[in-house]
Amino acid sequence: MANVPASAKVVVIGAGIVGNSLVHHLAELGWRDIVQLDKGALPNPGGSTGHASNFIFPVDHSREITDLTLDSVRQYKEMGVFTESGGFELARTEERMEELRRRMSSAKAWGIEAELVSPEFVKEKVPFIETDQFIGAFWTPSVGVVDSLRAGTIMREKALESGALTVVPTVEVVGLDVEDGRIRRVRTDGGDIEAEYVVIACGVWSPKIGDMAGISIPLTPAVHQMISVGPCPQLAEREGEISFPIIRDMDTFCYERQHGADMEVGSYAHRAILHEPEDIPSIEQAKLSPTEMPFTSDDFDPQLEQAYELMPELLGAEGAEMRYAINGLLSLTCDGNPILGESLVKGLWTAAAVWIKEGPGVGRAVAEWMTHGHSEIDVHHSDIARFHPHQMRREHTRLRTTESFIKTYGIIHPAEQYESDRDQRLSPMHAAQQKLGAMFFETAGWERPHWYESNAGLLEEYGDATMPREHEWDARWWSPIINAEHLQMREAAGVIDLSAFQVFDIEGPGALDTVQRTCVAQCDVAVGKVIYTPVLDAKGGFLSDLTVMRLGEDHFRVVTGGAHGRADLQWFGNQLTDDGTTITDRTDEVSTIGLWGPKARTILSALTDDDVSDEGFGFLTCREITVGGVSVLASRISYVGELGWELYVAMDDAAALWDTLLETGADHGAVPVGIGVYGTTGRIEKGYRAFGYELDSERSIVEAGMQRPKVKAADFVGREAYLAQRDAPVQSVLCTLVVDDHTSASGVKRYMLGGEPILTRSGEPLTDGHGHHPYVTTAGSAPSLGKHVLLAYLPPAEASIGNQLAVSYMEELYPVTVGSVDATALLDPTNDRIR
Amino acid sequence: MTTLVCIKRVVDSSSEVVLTEDGQAVDGRYAGFTTSAHEECAVELAVQIGGEITVMTLGDADAVEQLRAALAVGCTAAVHVVADPQTFGPADVAREIAAVARDGGHDLVLLGNDAADSGDFQVGIRLAYELGWPVVNGVSTVSVADGVVTASGAGPDGHETYRVPLPAVVTVLEGGVEPRYPTVPGRMKAKKVAIDERRPTAEPTGPGRVRLLLPPPAPSDVQILGKGADAAPAVVDLLEQLGVLAR
Repeated sequence: MANVPASAKVVVIGAGIVGNSLVHHLAELGWRDIVQLDKGALPNPGGSTGHASNFIFPVDHSREITDLTLDSVRQYKEMGVFTESGGFELARTEERMEELRRRMSSAKAWGIEAELVSPEFVKEKVPFIETDQFIGAFWTPSVGVVDSLRAGTIMREKALESGALTVVPTVEVVGLDVEDGRIRRVRTDGGDIEAEYVVIACGVWSPKIGDMAGISIPLTPAVHQMISVGPCPQLAEREGEISFPIIRDMDTFCYERQHGADMEVGSYAHRAILHEPEDIPSIEQAKLSPTEMPFTSDDFDPQLEQAYELMPELLGAEGAEMRYAINGLLSLTCDGNPILGESLVKGLWTAAAVWIKEGPGVGRAVAEWMTHGHSEIDVHHSDIARFHPHQMRREHTRLRTTESFIKTYGIIHPAEQYESDRDQRLSPMHAAQQKLGAMFFETAGWERPHWYESNAGLLEEYGDATMPREHEWDARWWSPIINAEHLQMREAAGVIDLSAFQVFDIEGPGALDTVQRTCVAQCDVAVGKVIYTPVLDAKGGFLSDLTVMRLGEDHFRVVTGGAHGRADLQWFGNQLTDDGTTITDRTDEVSTIGLWGPKARTILSALTDDDVSDEGFGFLTCREITVGGVSVLASRISYVGELGWELYVAMDDAAALWDTLLETGADHGAVPVGIGVYGTTGRIEKGYRAFGYELDSERSIVEAGMQRPKVKAADFVGREAYLAQRDAPVQSVLCTLVVDDHTSASGVKRYMLGGEPILTRSGEPLTDGHGHHPYVTTAGSAPSLGKHVLLAYLPPAEASIGNQLAVSYMEELYPVTVGSVDATALLDPTNDRIR
Repeated sequence: MTTLVCIKRVVDSSSEVVLTEDGQAVDGRYAGFTTSAHEECAVELAVQIGGEITVMTLGDADAVEQLRAALAVGCTAAVHVVADPQTFGPADVAREIAAVARDGGHDLVLLGNDAADSGDFQVGIRLAYELGWPVVNGVSTVSVADGVVTASGAGPDGHETYRVPLPAVVTVLEGGVEPRYPTVPGRMKAKKVAIDERRPTAEPTGPGRVRLLLPPPAPSDVQILGKGADAAPAVVDLLEQLGVLAR
């Protein structure tokens, strides 16, 4: 046990790949007085880094994970610890081949060289593979392996050399002291450290350390089984750690990775074997290391057989024995993303659930975030602030990871829903919606109707205008009823449950200052006005886009999407002025029902005595009215491009209001409408952007085509950057594209789902001013236009209306034409329908 | 020539030993389970002797893992006497092995000298008594030729070699042979072997164990010889002292 310094600017707990990378990048960014602790000995303190298989396949469907991986590879290369081996992902089935075609889309979108190849091509590079076991493969030449322990040592030593860092191994954290909502001190068995900042980078132990400060770090230690077979003569005859490409046998959820004379076989095919952080053995108790648990051979036997079938000569070679076999622990989260960023305890940061392939990239991103308040790479999918209370339960993590573990190499549809731990948050209308045959999708724990089977009768009425999809993949987790509901809403009216909105109130003497400083739009408006506004970080990237209602001189209500709502709540909370101004989450008190369509005013008029005419209730205003005997806060706004209102109602009254609206609405053709319309078809016809799709912290207002003629005089976060962006030449332009022809080579019409690369008509790649390649941020039907519409950021030179390009989908090109090069809507560009 | 080799599922004791709360057993939660090191050597010796090799154990359902591990390195059949090993004392276990040995018509029974968890040192001798066979204890190499077992190992006065006629019982100490790791085909083959499951032949009389206690931790004899280059002379001295380097 060592003694720790009495104080530090920042304490980083953990000396795995993440902690080591973090101390390095903090030191690079000028931090001094950094103390790094680990309960283990260096260089391998016994966490997951020590037994990692250390290979990196760069292509992932997630841009965020891919960018973190590419940044990590760059750093590993700079440190001289990266060996390029190339890698194959094998397909044993046609379904998997289709998934590999989809993987090609992601490779092209992220600019990573990749190719679909034949079994013979694989055999040429991996002579001991049996080609009759698979039908094709995805070849990524830039796959490689790293020495993550060496990388960690190099980064730690750089920080030590700069004089910024004190490293204390073999000291265990026993407590975290929080005072007034801020981290104050780290208690260890080697003494206490007063600290301004603390970062929990403890991998599988992170939840246990988080508990010490009362924060939830919802990850679970999970077993990944791995064996090592050798010496194999076929491998031994080549020098070095790796000279054959790595094989990912996708359909058996296995990989085979050469390690010197041995072949490592790893598996994600076994049952999910989860542990509690408290049950991980101590260093003394562990046979190998705490995260190398005893191998349970029964779980592995089926994979062994499949691996043997693929490489019988190698794995069955004379003298080749299973010399090492572990149940290695790694970290899993409910959505598969890391857990990064500042917790609800000020100054207490997290950097956990990170794999080797993302480690150095995460270290840099978190260090930048701690330094500047934002990182170069958008990491909002990994923000610890994303978790809603129900997601902070260990039970949730356990259930979801049990479900997702087996999908580690699975084929996952972009709209695929989880089955476990559903029904966590039900709107008051849930029972009524079940009767209507609602197909529920989950957002932030809320069960939201995506469409209603009760509207199936509209299919006949609208016929081909509902744009039915022929291909099962395109139509999975989708229904033409969505488009029928859309058309009916545009024809008459739709009633939409929006209970998942995150709603919070900012009240007090500093309320105006708080929203003014947080929002780009002018918030010093008359009481009763509704404001739509971007929210930026200091570098001018999007943190959110949301609406703000001024309910009183010192009272503002913020309404934002459920998915990212907790992060918005935390961000606004961080901007509060220090004068008794409060922020109160109203999400569980207030339900929201939307009523939109040409008949919306007629329907509302029938239910209220209040004046809801255009003169009496103008666009972008809100006020309390009584609807069907129920008091509601009505806000005249629209995300679907129709006349109508969002009606905010007490949870207890919402079910009655829902019934009343549908009942009265029915006389005027109104139907219940799902999120399929609200989230996609309704908005893209209007060119409305969505956070997490078109908007994230790497995008600017200018590039998103959302700049207004004037910028308010009041200061706000990101103002300086935004002003500079307005004067600078744009590097990319958000455009709306229309698919001209859907016919594939086989004659089946195909419909893109999002994420596909946009290329020239002849299939050549495009590159914008950031060096990025255009990809589809949102894809969906535009039933009122009879077209399938795509949104994508294009290089400025390509952003002209009528420009003819192509989209690549499942490795076929489809012609597209640019329809709009700014926020101008393809439907009703003059917004007549909203009035 | 058929050999019966006896193994026991025990907690891997290569790390810190943790006892169960009732003190009746070693807790395998962290370290996992394995076959006693002496018995792994017995299995290896049996495989080197060759012929038909039956591996047997007395244990709960989980002990199948250890039987399969032995099958994976070359044993050809397995017998599982399904019972709670904690309730079986050395006499009980010897009786059960004897029943299997007689039933199978085995010529040679190999055991570990003692189990890694209980360390009773009794089963081999009790088994030989039960069977009326000769027994050699605590040897590390075994070979068989012309109906004679040759077994040798370190004794108090030097190296000892014994020759006994078959049938015989031999208990093995680790160190004479290096147990092999399983091969992939071996493991796959092991998975397919049908295990002969049996009930114990009689109620156990029990181990007569009150409880296990951990010895007090051994005093640390770590000495810091110095740091960095300054430590070099002290390290050289020590290596000379140990005879690693010539003075």
